[in-house]
Amino acid sequence: MIHITKRKEMPLWQSLSVRLGAILVAIVVCGFITTITTGLNPISVYATMFKGAFGTPRKIWILLQEIAILLCVALALTPAFRMKFWNLGGEGQILAGSLASAACMICLGGKLPNALLILLMLVCSLVAGAVWAGIPAVAKARWNTNETLFTLMMNYVATQLVAYFVIVWEVPKGSGNIGIINQATEAGWLPQIAGFKYLLNILLVAVLTVVMHLYLSYSKHGYEISVVGESTNTARYVGIKVDRVIVRTLLLSGAVCGFAGFLLVAGTNHTLTTTIAGGRGFTAVMVAWLAKFNPLVMIASSFLLVFMDSGAGEISTAYGLNHSFGDILTGIILFFIIGCEFFIAYQVHFDKKEGGHDA
Amino acid sequence: MTDRQLAVRMRGITKVFAGKVVANKDVDLDIYRGEVLALLGENGSGKTTLMNMLSGIYFPDSGHIEIDGKPVVIASPKDAFDHGIGMIHQHFKLVNVFTAAENIVLGLKEEGRLDLAKAAERIRQICDTYGFDVDPNQKVYDMSVSQKQTVEIVKLLYRGADILILDEPTAVLTPQETDKLFAVLRNMRDDGKAIIIITHKLNEVKELSDRVVVLRKGENVGEMITAESTTQEMTNMMVGRQVTLNIDRPPVEMDYRMERIRVKNLTVKNHDGIVKLDDVSFTAYTGEILGIAGISGSGQKELLEAIAGLQPVESGSIEYVVDATGEKEEVEQLIGMDPIKIAQMGVVLSFVPEDRLGMGLVADMDLTDNMMLRSFRDGASPFTDRKAPRHLAELVVDELEVNTPGVSTPVRRLSGGNVQKVLVGREIAAAPTVLLSAYAVRGLDVNSSYLIYDLLNRQKGNGVAVVYVGEDLDVLLELCDRILVLCGGKVSGVVDGRTTNKNEVGLMMTKLGGGEA
Repeated sequence: MIHITKRKEMPLWQSLSVRLGAILVAIVVCGFITTITTGLNPISVYATMFKGAFGTPRKIWILLQEIAILLCVALALTPAFRMKFWNLGGEGQILAGSLASAACMICLGGKLPNALLILLMLVCSLVAGAVWAGIPAVAKARWNTNETLFTLMMNYVATQLVAYFVIVWEVPKGSGNIGIINQATEAGWLPQIAGFKYLLNILLVAVLTVVMHLYLSYSKHGYEISVVGESTNTARYVGIKVDRVIVRTLLLSGAVCGFAGFLLVAGTNHTLTTTIAGGRGFTAVMVAWLAKFNPLVMIASSFLLVFMDSGAGEISTAYGLNHSFGDILTGIILFFIIGCEFFIAYQVHFDKKEGGHDA
Repeated sequence: MTDRQLAVRMRGITKVFAGKVVANKDVDLDIYRGEVLALLGENGSGKTTLMNMLSGIYFPDSGHIEIDGKPVVIASPKDAFDHGIGMIHQHFKLVNVFTAAENIVLGLKEEGRLDLAKAAERIRQICDTYGFDVDPNQKVYDMSVSQKQTVEIVKLLYRGADILILDEPTAVLTPQETDKLFAVLRNMRDDGKAIIIITHKLNEVKELSDRVVVLRKGENVGEMITAESTTQEMTNMMVGRQVTLNIDRPPVEMDYRMERIRVKNLTVKNHDGIVKLDDVSFTAYTGEILGIAGISGSGQKELLEAIAGLQPVESGSIEYVVDATGEKEEVEQLIGMDPIKIAQMGVVLSFVPEDRLGMGLVADMDLTDNMMLRSFRDGASPFTDRKAPRHLAELVVDELEVNTPGVSTPVRRLSGGNVQKVLVGREIAAAPTVLLSAYAVRGLDVNSSYLIYDLLNRQKGNGVAVVYVGEDLDVLLELCDRILVLCGGKVSGVVDGRTTNKNEVGLMMTKLGGGEA
């Protein structure tokens, strides 16, 4: 007979070692799967993954940049998630922010001093993201609509909106692409620090991580968010205006998503496409959950997911495998990481003696 | 007593939760047919856990169970059922849109087609045998709490249970309903069924049971024959030391008494437009405890929440008398105010709501953060100050003897009594002028209950207007100066706590009209 009981609380070192063990087991299982299905040596596959992520300085920079953007989106979703408002509209909010930035670059590039242009882009992106999240938030606060569905559907609206503007601004006409915006003037491009293209992005997200952590854990707003998330009744009981907190928090959540969109357009891609968000709005949900909504732990969880993804890409090119093979490995590893939480929360007893007659 | 037939024999039952918390330790328990056994003990003494192991919800870590002399393994509620064991929990498990009969046959795997008429016939038979009052065709949503409980009992009997466990069955009943329940339980006992009631109401133990087994800290500390023991002896065994059972009721200082909360013609509807309070008027005075009695759901919750600024009001007025000593009476209207506005007016109104973890506290937050709920807005800084709340938490833990590993422990890990101490401690720390409390001792053991009564009395002594919504009439009659009785959202009368009796209040709870005090 098997009995499952809840554990009281595991000491930190123990839970960390369970998680580490889960990753090790996952890697071993992945190795078996690799050998069985492809006949390749798993060690060399892992080495290739590692090389894909850290092989050259350029790869490291790309890795860090990817982590930064993903982390930024996860940070954006976290205040909403802590409030138990399931904002699945990250994708749309990023697109809204990207669209606003690109619009500023295209329409005002060269007409304003660069610093002013960048500032304007920033503000517009924040506002656009905030509006995109604010609409479902107001509906939730007023009419208690389902935020999951609403934010999800806002994604499609944003995609179509971007698709429309891509046609409006396409260069050359008929190509269906905007191409690099302001390639000659670099108007609205974020400046490079010490010659590193992505450094500013990374630094901005690093600062944002710390600020978000302080905001959530130590500010009065953060406290209100936690109370509303735990129990709206308690919040009302102490006079917290639940509706206002919902809307305020989602404006923040959307604005930070918009900021991610701004970074993508002004700092990374210098263009606008319908796929610029690249599913980060959803991947970030996983990043946030894996970190249990702790901004500092999210650095690790976003690293893990980005590393897995870039490694998967590398082995598919290096060995001529389908990219899905990398996804299978990612899936296995995530399965173990998420699955091990069960063993941290619960204890499983195997009872050999039938019925526990051991008195 | 010589021909007693042993139904259940539990030996050496031990259950440890999370590798640390010992819920039951080496408990031996015998249950006989044709007997009502009262399982008595304070909160956290392991009564419910022990019975959950008998009914298949938990599985013991060690020990064994015999039924009718044969060793058995009870690994699931189904196993328990197969051995004729049925348990009625505090929260009923009925489908609201089904009739009594449908609920009773639900989940039964009987041969052939579902024949509700035949089932109804059998239900009537069971009801006639024991004196239940159930209409098989009545929908559950139309039923009172007591009727639902009856359906639960009939459901077990229908399935052939002959060992019945009832977990605090009277918590939700009026005295008259309790009497009725006890009558059918006695009939069932005389029919040879084994009945176990889990309770900490001593007078009920005295009234109903044949034998008492006392648990303390998870261990069986002794048993007695009810007829040969006093409630004082039971309490002493339960607590483990000599305790006094009288609730203090200091006299009201009439010289300083003044009107504090004046409710006039208050009418409240809930979300569905159902009238929950109908033209309610009363006054609460400083330095007295005003009890509110009524069957649960008679409008108590809405009344307190309306005063606290949490419940939209249809009509009427709620006045807070600031000062009546001067030439002209100073009055503030509380209707249309939210808790923040009420506080900003300088009215320190404390509220201990019925749903402690769902409304008064945040279960996942620690003691410090819960202390902060009322005060986190203080100061101009955008950041919270955790020093003062931590201090307050330490003070409350210290003064009210809260049993907790520390002030950084989430309150959901504390036992019911300790949770209540944290909540009451915080609300009293605000030095209120009005203290509203709903079911302040629900689920609390004797020790904690008396501590709460004491705290309320001290507030009364400080001139606070205390409103005490209670369910235990014995306590209301001993503690309160005046008792307002609600019946279906209407005031059926206000009586003097010193002169009224249980019967009078009980009758007023079920029908309108009664004395005025």
